[in-house]
Amino acid sequence: MTADFLLTLAQAIVNGLLTGMVYGLMALGLSVIFGVMRIVNFAHGEMMVVGMYLAWMGFEYLQVSPMLSLPVIAAIFFAAGYVLQRGLISPFIGRPEHQQFLLLLAVAILLVNASLAIAGPDSRGVQMESQFDSYELGPLVFDAVRLHAALAAIAIALLLWLFFTRTRTGKSIRAAADNNLAALVVGLDVRRLYAVTFGVGAACVGAAGALMITIIPVSPFLAVEYTLLAFVIVIVGGLGSMTGALLGGLLIGVSEAVAGLLLQPSLKSMFSFGLLILVLLLRPQGLLGKGPQ
Amino acid sequence: MSFIRRLAGNAPPRILWSLGVLLALLLLAPALLGKYWLSVLILILYFAYVGQAWNILMGFAGQLSLGHALYAGLGGYIAAGLYFHYGIGPWAGLFAAVAVAGVAGAIVGYLGFRFSLAGVYFALLTIAFAEFTRVAFDHWGWAGGSGGLFLKVEHATDIVNLRGGPVLFYYLILALAAGAFILCRALLRSRLGQYWLAIREDAEAAQAVGVPVLRCKMIAIVISAALTSLAGVWNAFYYNNLFPETAFAMGRSIEITLAPIIGGLGTLFGPIVGAVVLTGLGEAFTDLGDVLRIPGIKQIFYGLALLVIVAYRPAGVWPWLADKLGLKERQP
Amino acid sequence: MSGARLDLGGVTKHFRGLRAVHEVSFTVPAGAIHALIGPNGAGKTTIFNMIAGVYAPNGGVVRLDGKAISGLRPDLICDAGVGRTFQLVKPFKGLSVLENVTVGALHRKPRLAEAQESANAILARLGLYDRRHQLAESLTLPDRKRLEVARALATEPKLLLLDEVMAGLRPTEVDVMVGFLRELNQRSGLTILLIEHVMRAVMALAAEVVVVSYGEKIAEGTPQEISRHQAVLDVYLGEQEEL
Ligand SMILES: Nc1ncnc2c1ncn2[C@@H]1O[C@H](COP(=O)(O)OP(=O)(O)OP(=O)(O)O)[C@@H](O)[C@H]1O
Ligand SMILES: [Mg+2]
Repeated sequence: MTADFLLTLAQAIVNGLLTGMVYGLMALGLSVIFGVMRIVNFAHGEMMVVGMYLAWMGFEYLQVSPMLSLPVIAAIFFAAGYVLQRGLISPFIGRPEHQQFLLLLAVAILLVNASLAIAGPDSRGVQMESQFDSYELGPLVFDAVRLHAALAAIAIALLLWLFFTRTRTGKSIRAAADNNLAALVVGLDVRRLYAVTFGVGAACVGAAGALMITIIPVSPFLAVEYTLLAFVIVIVGGLGSMTGALLGGLLIGVSEAVAGLLLQPSLKSMFSFGLLILVLLLRPQGLLGKGPQ
Repeated sequence: MSFIRRLAGNAPPRILWSLGVLLALLLLAPALLGKYWLSVLILILYFAYVGQAWNILMGFAGQLSLGHALYAGLGGYIAAGLYFHYGIGPWAGLFAAVAVAGVAGAIVGYLGFRFSLAGVYFALLTIAFAEFTRVAFDHWGWAGGSGGLFLKVEHATDIVNLRGGPVLFYYLILALAAGAFILCRALLRSRLGQYWLAIREDAEAAQAVGVPVLRCKMIAIVISAALTSLAGVWNAFYYNNLFPETAFAMGRSIEITLAPIIGGLGTLFGPIVGAVVLTGLGEAFTDLGDVLRIPGIKQIFYGLALLVIVAYRPAGVWPWLADKLGLKERQP
Repeated sequence: MSGARLDLGGVTKHFRGLRAVHEVSFTVPAGAIHALIGPNGAGKTTIFNMIAGVYAPNGGVVRLDGKAISGLRPDLICDAGVGRTFQLVKPFKGLSVLENVTVGALHRKPRLAEAQESANAILARLGLYDRRHQLAESLTLPDRKRLEVARALATEPKLLLLDEVMAGLRPTEVDVMVGFLRELNQRSGLTILLIEHVMRAVMALAAEVVVVSYGEKIAEGTPQEISRHQAVLDVYLGEQEEL
């Protein structure tokens, strides 16, 4: 009985960790954008949903597996994010929060309803052969799709880490994030760096969408939930911290899975929001964040 | 008479006359307008009212709340629940509604302000509380759970229990909107209102000239929450149904913020102008959507309109309009 | 209005290991004008922030007319009679000049009309009356400094803390401000403590000068004594030509 329960619990934790990696990747996009530009991307969940739809379309119409279309989707998102930041968001950096909020809200409304207009309100999922494969490690079962998605998310996070620590552009972005003025003084092209940052953040969430569609079907109405989920994750992990976003993703993934097991599944988001409130009050900079300022 | 004179303060006669004519027209509206236009007007007044309530916290005191659905939802549920379960009429119920929403506002405010969460962080805290409550109500039997709470639809007008048709609810929301406008004007001309503006501009400097910052912010959020809860009560009895999914939804919270942001934050006419613009656009795009028959097309146009407004009138429509009309809304 | 006496007794403030202010004691008698000087980063503004309640001292006590005020909230300290300006000016940018000062005046005069009246009077004395309907953000830096003084004065303080209000003023403007402060002090007996790098103003106004360096008080005396004080000269050597 207890052994059985412990096994179920361990299995839930495994599933939570695997999904949590994808959550983490999604939140990473939000965190990178905020960390550098101090802009909260209120359209993040909508971008996620668009990423999921693109992967679904690739699968449905071109028979390309989401794992393979992922690089293409990430590239499209990078370009779109770059252009969006250059054309629309750039003038709003440093403006009052409510103006940024309204701008991104408008973007969110456009994205989600464009998805609705193109793909309709029904929920869409991909049916791959690997859907029912699994790996076993002792008594624990690893769903193949979840495991692949988690591994891909880890790989992308590593790439991102390399980008920010090894490339010139990545290092410059970090410099600009730490000190905008100094970056201007030493002659960095802050406008371009910001656009690249938004592109990178968008690519993260696009890639996360491509991975997520292998785990769960998509519908336009999920967008708000993903936005909220991303907020919870980055606040818990620390807004602006990359490792924090990944850690937050794992934490929320596990807490959702465990709460779904112990309580009613529909109560699991209450759990996440409770956690969010606690973190905001006790440690507003998040577990790994540097502080609200 | 002296009350009216004090109310008018130093407003130019031109504005007073326009407002008088407007009020007369609004009072006659049910006789002049058909059913459709009355329903549009009701929507405008509703958004003007909640916008005014939200504007106290954000426009005056500078604290961004994206979770005001919490107070509207609580207000609606409390009044409707008391009526549904115990037959307690809404005129008594609204006191409970206001009290509960006020306490909720005080809790959110105290936690947020005490721990000096500002800007985005405070906004996220308000969202979290609204979402938390939404899920809680989904599972609360007294409030009907996720299946919702329904009031019996009755067509005979019964003012005591707020049962009746659109005309009754029109006059109620008109009274609320007018009352909120007058209240906000009076607040802005009071010490408290001036203190709020100072806090909005720079809390540290405000405190240095003797403004009790925490207390003023608390008063702002409690007043704002209490007023918002009245809109929730009105809403519940007008539509006769309540679901956690909509009553506490983030979409509802966002709706509340739009009129004042679009109209002009921190101004008295901003929420009203914003409500007219937004409702007008919404209705126009609904018609267009009916013609085009594409799902989501209405919202796409709406999103585009928001984009245009925030790009070209970031400070809101009213300050620009007032300038064009040669009016300048100055605080006293 | 009349002045209050200020006593600092062994006041200390640490920021995470950094000793910003260490056991500083001095007194400003009621109705006097004293100056607080020292090189950049010496801890002058931190001392002001402790008097005004922005920080509670880690040690020591601040007294106003003998009553301990250290550790109180800034608004309560304002209530007790301390007005302060900010070195990095903090106008209420989106409000008019008049509204800025009115907020200060409302503290003692809760009715808006009366507060506006006294705000207007103060603005007239500081030469800002013609700008009263402009937004504060449209003011030039010297005017913003004047606005800081006006807003602090509007709270009807007994002790006025001025943090580098002359910085950025042209020499003629410095003279005007010096004249204004001297007249203010003579007419109302208001106690003034000023942080100033503009030595001309210090010499002209201050009866006594307190010198701090690296968080510690290194000298105290009349401006003449201070300008001959060896430790002070050492600290300022090559840094401050004006002295
Ligand atoms: N809030 C704070 N946190 C950490 N360190 C601080 C803080 N405020 C001041 N300091 C440090 O304390 C020291 C004293 O600073 P302070 O501002 O009091 O100097 P000051 O004498 O006013 O200098 P200046 O002439 O440049 O205005 C400085 O080293 C400063 O960096
Ligand atoms: Mg200083």
